[in-house]
Amino acid sequence: MMNRKNLLRAATATALVLGVTTVSACSAAKTSGSSGSGGSGSVTIAVPSWVGAEANAAVAKYILENELDTKVELTQLDESVAFDALNSGKADAILEDWGGAPKKVKLYVDDKKSVVKGGDLGVTGHIGWFIPKYLAEQHPDITDAKNLNKYASLFKTAESGDKGQLLEGSPSYTTNDDALIKNLKLDLKTVYAGSEAAQITQIREDYKAKKPFISYWWTPQWLNSQIDLVEVKLPEYTDGCDADAAKVACGYAKTPLQKYLGADFAKNNEKAAEFLKNFNWTNEQQNEVAALIADKKLSSEKAAEQWVKANPDVWKAWLPK
Amino acid sequence: MSAVTTPAPPPTPVEPAEETTATVRRSPLTHPVLRRLLPLLVAAAVLVPLAALLWGSGHWPDALTVDVKTPLDDAYTWVVHNRDTNPVFLYFLLHLSNWADSSVTWMTDLLETAGWSPVIVVAVLLSWRIGGLRDRRGLKLAGITFVAFAACGLLGMWQATMETLALMSVAVAVSAVIGALLGLGAGLSDRFERILRPVLDTMQIMPAFAYLLPLVLLFDIGVPSALIATIIYAAPPMARLTSLGLRGADTGVMEAAESLGTSPTQRLLTARLPLARKEILLGLNQTIMMALSMVTIASVIGAGGLGEEVFRALSTVDVGSALAAGIPIVLLAVWLDRITAVAGERLGGGSAPAGSSWLHGSRAWAVVVGTGAVLGAAGWTTLIAEWPEAWAVDIARPVNQAVGWFTDHLAEGVPVVGGTRTWAANFTTWVLDPIRDTLTATPWWLLVLLAAGVALLAGGWGAMCTAAAAMAGVGVIGVWSHSLDTLSQAIAGVVVTLVLGFAIGVVAARVPLLERMLRPLLDTMQTLPQFIYLIPVVALFNVGRAAAVAAAVLYALPAVVRITTQGLRQVDGATLEAARSMGASTFQQIRQVQVPLARPSLMLALNQGVVLVLAMVIVGGFVGSGALGYDVVKGLQKSQLGLGLTAGVAIVLLGLVLDRTTQRSGRRTTGR
Repeated sequence: MMNRKNLLRAATATALVLGVTTVSACSAAKTSGSSGSGGSGSVTIAVPSWVGAEANAAVAKYILENELDTKVELTQLDESVAFDALNSGKADAILEDWGGAPKKVKLYVDDKKSVVKGGDLGVTGHIGWFIPKYLAEQHPDITDAKNLNKYASLFKTAESGDKGQLLEGSPSYTTNDDALIKNLKLDLKTVYAGSEAAQITQIREDYKAKKPFISYWWTPQWLNSQIDLVEVKLPEYTDGCDADAAKVACGYAKTPLQKYLGADFAKNNEKAAEFLKNFNWTNEQQNEVAALIADKKLSSEKAAEQWVKANPDVWKAWLPK
Repeated sequence: MSAVTTPAPPPTPVEPAEETTATVRRSPLTHPVLRRLLPLLVAAAVLVPLAALLWGSGHWPDALTVDVKTPLDDAYTWVVHNRDTNPVFLYFLLHLSNWADSSVTWMTDLLETAGWSPVIVVAVLLSWRIGGLRDRRGLKLAGITFVAFAACGLLGMWQATMETLALMSVAVAVSAVIGALLGLGAGLSDRFERILRPVLDTMQIMPAFAYLLPLVLLFDIGVPSALIATIIYAAPPMARLTSLGLRGADTGVMEAAESLGTSPTQRLLTARLPLARKEILLGLNQTIMMALSMVTIASVIGAGGLGEEVFRALSTVDVGSALAAGIPIVLLAVWLDRITAVAGERLGGGSAPAGSSWLHGSRAWAVVVGTGAVLGAAGWTTLIAEWPEAWAVDIARPVNQAVGWFTDHLAEGVPVVGGTRTWAANFTTWVLDPIRDTLTATPWWLLVLLAAGVALLAGGWGAMCTAAAAMAGVGVIGVWSHSLDTLSQAIAGVVVTLVLGFAIGVVAARVPLLERMLRPLLDTMQTLPQFIYLIPVVALFNVGRAAAVAAAVLYALPAVVRITTQGLRQVDGATLEAARSMGASTFQQIRQVQVPLARPSLMLALNQGVVLVLAMVIVGGFVGSGALGYDVVKGLQKSQLGLGLTAGVAIVLLGLVLDRTTQRSGRRTTGR
C-alpha cells in the first residue's frame, strides 16, 4: 500500500529531525540546580516533616527576610533526602539533622565536599521508649526496661499477636528497636505505623481512651506539651555501644542536633550562611514556636513573627557582624 | 489512578455455550474445565516433583533467588557519584531535568506574577469561549470556573493551586503531544499497535507510586522527577484513544476520500484526524485527570503545590487543613473535566451557531483574548497579586471537630456491634492472619501452579504464562514472604470491596434517587488525594493492616460501585419487563436476570477493584500495612533505592498476577 510507505517515510523523517535537535542541544548541561541557589539573594531551606524543624525554618526565614533582605524558600524534604538536595544545589541548608544518615554525611561532607557543617542547632534531641503517665502511676516499676516483660501482655494488639506492641514511627526515623528487643530478650514486637501522622493519631487515641501503650518517641516534640509521657529506662548509652547495629543493647544517645549547608551556598552567600551558622536556640525556645504552630494552629509565619518580636535579644546575636 | 473512568473494553458477549456445557456431566476427562487445564496438569505432574525434589517445598528456595538489591544500591551510589561528570547525564538527562525545572518555574512565575485577578478573568473567559459565548453551557462553564478558582483562593490555597496548575499544564501539554504521536503511530501501523498495546496494558495496572522510584534514581528528588513521572503516567490514555479514533474512521468516508484522488497524507489530515476528534478529546480528558492525580502523589518526591500542602497538614495531624488543600484538587478536577467534556459535546453537536459573527469562530477567540487582556491588565494594576488574606475562610477547625466526633463515636462502645476498633482487631485475627498463614504455608510451586491455572481458565495461554512468570518473579527477586503478606491484604481488600461495591451498586441501580445522591460523593472520593484518609482510618481502625485494608477499600469502592451500577442499568429493559410480567420478585429479577446479563461489567468491576486495591498498597505503608508498602515508603524516604525499587517491582508483579487471573475479557490475542 502506498499510504503505508509514505507514512513510514514521514515517520522516519520526524524521528530524524527530533534526533538532530537533541544532538544539537549537545552542549553539556548545567549541573547545579537552577532553583534556589541561583541568585545570590535567596536561600532554600530543607524542612523535614516534623514541627520542630518547621519552627526552625520559619524563624530563620522571618529574620532572613526582614533583617537581611534575603528571599527564603522552604521545601519539604525528608532527613536523608535533604542531603541529596544539598549536594545537587536544590536546597541550601538543613537546620535540624538527627544523625540519621551517617552514610550521606560521609559521602557528601567528607568525600565530595559538596556539603559543609553548620554547627550545633543548640537543641538536644533524645529518642527513647515512652509510656503514658497514667500507666506509670498504676505500675511504678514499669518504667525500667528490665520489668517490661512482666507487663508485655498489657500492650498486646491484633497486630503484635501474643507479644506486646512497641509502636514505631515513620520509616525515615533512626531506630535500633528490633535489635534492642532481641538483645534485651523482651516479649515485645515492633509495629511500624509507617508515618508520623499515623503514630501520633494512634498515641492520641490510646491516650484519650486511657489505654496502655508503649511507643518509640522523642523530645523535643510538640505533642509532649499536650499529653504526659514518661520515658522507660533503657540500659544507659555509652560511646560506641550502638556501633554494631545488630548487637545494640543500649538506649539512645542525646543528640546535639546539627546544621548543614551546601558548600556553594556557604561560599557565595556569606551573610546568609553566617547567620544560619550562628542560629542557635534551646529546646524550650523551639518548643514555644512549635506549640504555636501545632497546638494553636497558627501559620508558621505568624508563629515566627510572634516569637521574633518577643525575643529580640536572642536573635540579634545571630546576625552577621 | 483516581478520577479516571478507565475505558471499558467493549463488553464481550457472555459465552452461553460455556455455561451450558459446564453443567453437563460426562466422563471426567471431557469436562471442559478439566480439558482446558489438562496440558498444564500434565506439565505440572512432570515438573513439580522435580522442582520439589531439587529445591524443597515451602518457602521460595534460596537457590532460585537472585540478589537484586545490592546491584541496585550500587547503581544508586554510582549515579550519585557520577551525576555531575558522566556524559549520559551531562549531555542528555541533565538537559531533560534542567528543561523540566525551568519550564515549570517559568510557568509558575507567569501565573504568580500575573496575580489572582487576571488568572481568574482569563480562565473564566476561556472556559466561556470553549463552552460557547452564546450557549447556556458556556455560561454554566464560566460559572463553574469562577466558583472553583474563588474557592481555591478562599481556602487560602491560591499559591499552592497555581504551583499545581503550572506543573499540570506543562505535564499535560507534553503528555498529550507524546500520547498523540504514539497514538498516530499505532493508529496507522498494525505492527506498531501490536508492540504498543501490551505496554499500555501493563502501564495501566502499574500503581502510580511505582513510577516514582526509577525516576528518583535518575533525576533525584524534585520537580523534574515529578514532572517526568506525570508525563509518563498520563500519556497512555491519549495514545490509546487516538489510535482507537483513527482506526474507527468510517470506511465509507475513507473510500469516498480515496476515490476523490487524495493522497494518504491529505486523507489523514482532512478526513481521518477530524473524524477522530471526539476520541482524541476524550483521551485528553483522561490524560488531564491522570496527570492531576499523579501531580498530587508526586508531592512525596518534592513536586510542591497542593499535594505538599496536604502532606504538611498531615504532619501536624490536621485533617481539616489537609482537606482545605484537598478540595482545590477536586475543584480543579471538576473544572478540567467539564471543560474537556463540553468541548467534546460541542464537537459532536456541530449545529451552526447563530448571532453575531463576533460570538463564534476565530473572531470570538479574538474577542475573548482581547477582553481578557484588558480586564486582566486592569485587575493587575489595581489589585495586589497575592490573594488577600482577609478573604480566607478557615474550614480546618470545624472539619477537625467533625472528624473527631465521628471517630470518637464510631471507634468504640457502639452498642451491639462494638466499635470499629473491635472490628479491626477481629478482622486482623480472623481474616488477615489466616489468609497470610495459609499463603505462607503453601508450597511455593503450588502457588505458581495456582496462578497459572486460574489465569489459564480466565484468559488463556498468554495470560497463564504472564501470571506464572510474574508469581515466580516475586520469588526470584527475593521478596517472597513480604509479597505473600501484601497479597493476603490485597485479597482481603478485594473481597470486602466487591461485597460492599456490589451491594451498593445493586441498590443504586434500582433506586435512581440514591444513585444521583451517591454520584458526587463517589466523584469526590475518587479525586481526593488518598493521603487524606490516613488519619481518620488510623483513628477508626488502629495502626496496622486492618487500617491499610480499610484505606484501600475506600479508594477502590467508588469505581466498583460505578461500574456495577452502569452494568446493571444497561441490561435490556424489555428482558427485565418480561421477567417482571412473569411474576419474578425483585430479588429474583436481580439474581436471575440482571446479574447474569451484566456479567461482563461485573467482571470488569472485579478487575478494576483488584487493580485499585493494589494501587493503594503503598499508601497502606503509611498506616502500618508493613510488607511491600512499607518497603517502598522506606526506600523513598531513606533513599534506599534497592529496597524500594525491589518492593515496587514486586507490587507490579503481583498486579500482573491478579490482573491476569481476574480478567475474563477473553483478549483477542489469546484466541480462545
